[in-house]
Amino acid sequence: MSKKTIFDKIWDNHLVYNIPDGPDALYIDRHYIHEVTSPQAFGGLKERGINVFRPDKTVATADHNVPTINQHLPIQEELSRVQVEKLVQNCKEHNITLYGLNHPYNGIVHVIGPELGITHPGMTIVCGDSHTSTHGAFGSIAFGIGTSEVEMVLASQCIMQPRPRTMLINIDGNLSRGVTAKDIILYIISQISTGGATGYFVEYSGEAIRSLSMEARMTICNMSIEMGARGGLIAPDDVTFEYLRQRRFAPSGEEWDRSIKTWSGLASDTDATFDKEIRFDAGQIEPMITWGTNPGMGIPVTGNIPGEDETGHNSVGSYRKALDYMGFKPGEAMAGKKVDYVFVGSCTNGRIEDLRNFARFVKGKRKARDIIAWIVPGSRQVEKQAEEEGIRSMLEEAGFEMRQPGCSACLAMNEDKIPEGKYAVSTSNRNFEGRQGPGARTLLASPLTAAAAAVTGVITDPRTLL
Amino acid sequence: MPIEKFRTLISTCVPLPVENVDTDQIIPARFLKATTRDGFGANLFRDWRYDHAGRPRKEFVLNDNRYNGEVLVAGKNFGSGSSREHAAWAIKDYGFRVVVSSFFADIFRNNALNNGLLPVQVTAGFLSLLFDRIHENAEVRVMVDLEQQKISLMDEKAGEQFEISSYKKKCLLNGYDDIDFLLSMKDRIVEWEQNQML
Repeated sequence: MSKKTIFDKIWDNHLVYNIPDGPDALYIDRHYIHEVTSPQAFGGLKERGINVFRPDKTVATADHNVPTINQHLPIQEELSRVQVEKLVQNCKEHNITLYGLNHPYNGIVHVIGPELGITHPGMTIVCGDSHTSTHGAFGSIAFGIGTSEVEMVLASQCIMQPRPRTMLINIDGNLSRGVTAKDIILYIISQISTGGATGYFVEYSGEAIRSLSMEARMTICNMSIEMGARGGLIAPDDVTFEYLRQRRFAPSGEEWDRSIKTWSGLASDTDATFDKEIRFDAGQIEPMITWGTNPGMGIPVTGNIPGEDETGHNSVGSYRKALDYMGFKPGEAMAGKKVDYVFVGSCTNGRIEDLRNFARFVKGKRKARDIIAWIVPGSRQVEKQAEEEGIRSMLEEAGFEMRQPGCSACLAMNEDKIPEGKYAVSTSNRNFEGRQGPGARTLLASPLTAAAAAVTGVITDPRTLL
Repeated sequence: MPIEKFRTLISTCVPLPVENVDTDQIIPARFLKATTRDGFGANLFRDWRYDHAGRPRKEFVLNDNRYNGEVLVAGKNFGSGSSREHAAWAIKDYGFRVVVSSFFADIFRNNALNNGLLPVQVTAGFLSLLFDRIHENAEVRVMVDLEQQKISLMDEKAGEQFEISSYKKKCLLNGYDDIDFLLSMKDRIVEWEQNQML
């Protein structure tokens, strides 16, 4: 018997055809689409004169380019409106299920797939969005694709894909108080760099990973792409099954029992070998924050910006460019720096647990006067649950307001843009130049660290306020 | 649908010695609202190329008229970040046929190849030599020969082999795309689906 990783098992199960010295034709179980990266793919089908091959395997939502206020009104910005309307039209024409704006299931694609129980262990899942790796948290092969590849899947339910190598990242030990999944992944990226896993598909394992909730696991897998990985997954276990049980589109009855049996077998064989293995100790990880312009430029929130002689994975040139853009100096402490905006949301940290953590933290405190805060739920369902649990009122009592769901300021395609030169502590996934608006300065952190900044107005170690 | 064929290219180069050029720099998200593939070149490197008033930033290489050509030469880890194929479309639409770097992000590499834009991965040493030569003389030309998988500086011996899968090479040489291939495999895909039902 061969010794296989979970990745190998799922990949081999979906291999339709292998081209020697070329990519594999891989069958795709779930295809998520959204308004921004799909219109040209549908346009391609039209030019070829073909239809969608398996419309029941694609699910659509509008998320990237939607406003987060007044969603009941027509979208004001014309290009955005046309793009969202195009999605509606394409889905209608090709019989694709769409959870569009104002649908009770609408939301960020990587939030709704899991919460509706559409994402299952053992699946191959793709979407024209690099954070598709989120779904790997269920023990699936999930990765982001370009629009030509979206067209491939629409046309054939398959994708041509070179087989990546495998990497195991093991996090032993227990997390300290105030340290969350976001801190784990920012820590990993800071250690191995933004290109450290390029060419690999990662499996996360170890005691610290096992102890995480499903939503926290999604945060970890979500940012796999930020170290260059094709995707990241976690072996399914009881936490996974409990999360999926009775979700809207999860299997039920006998099918559920059968599924559990199959899913339970999804683990890497004990003697399976990975192309690369890395170990970290959870006890070493502190609340993290980024100081620069890529997600690998992260340090403990209590730390100081590295000096020119300790730029690590970054060349001196990119180190200087980053500091110049951020308006920071070598060696400065991060704690105490003034913050202008706080953004809580995105496919990384826009789930109910994230809102809960933020709300519990700010309960009994007040938003700092000069802070502008955007709290954006990841989906309609998250928004509804936040109402039901009293999170909205907790936020409002502390001086915060909750907006409507969407990708929002994570990529600033809509009106939610951080102004030039302003500092934003964001729970999203990218701190690239201009990512949150031209000239915006992003500091990536966990919802707890965002909450600490929101109530103090400066970068603050959340542990001092717990 | 046929993609533009690629065989051999001889061109001057545009140097961008910046590492980790991410797709948000190549084409910022606010320019992703189009529903066709055309016209993204106008906003290629938008925020490096123009200031907030839309005036060209003189110091940026695309605004430096010494440098022209169909080969973009960039620092390592080019194309990291989002999966937006618009990044590849913008580079191609601007007029580049080749991007040279010492390291490419995976999704960008696939997107480029699917659009007839050739990513040429070279060693750090050769990249640094290229930057030096281009900066010494903006007229210096490189030859990219896909058949031979070779990139070389014209008028001197320096050159390197580069990797590309034989499948993708065939696609580019002949202008085939993956979708044509998958459509030709339909029977096999249906058969695979039926086997899963058993």
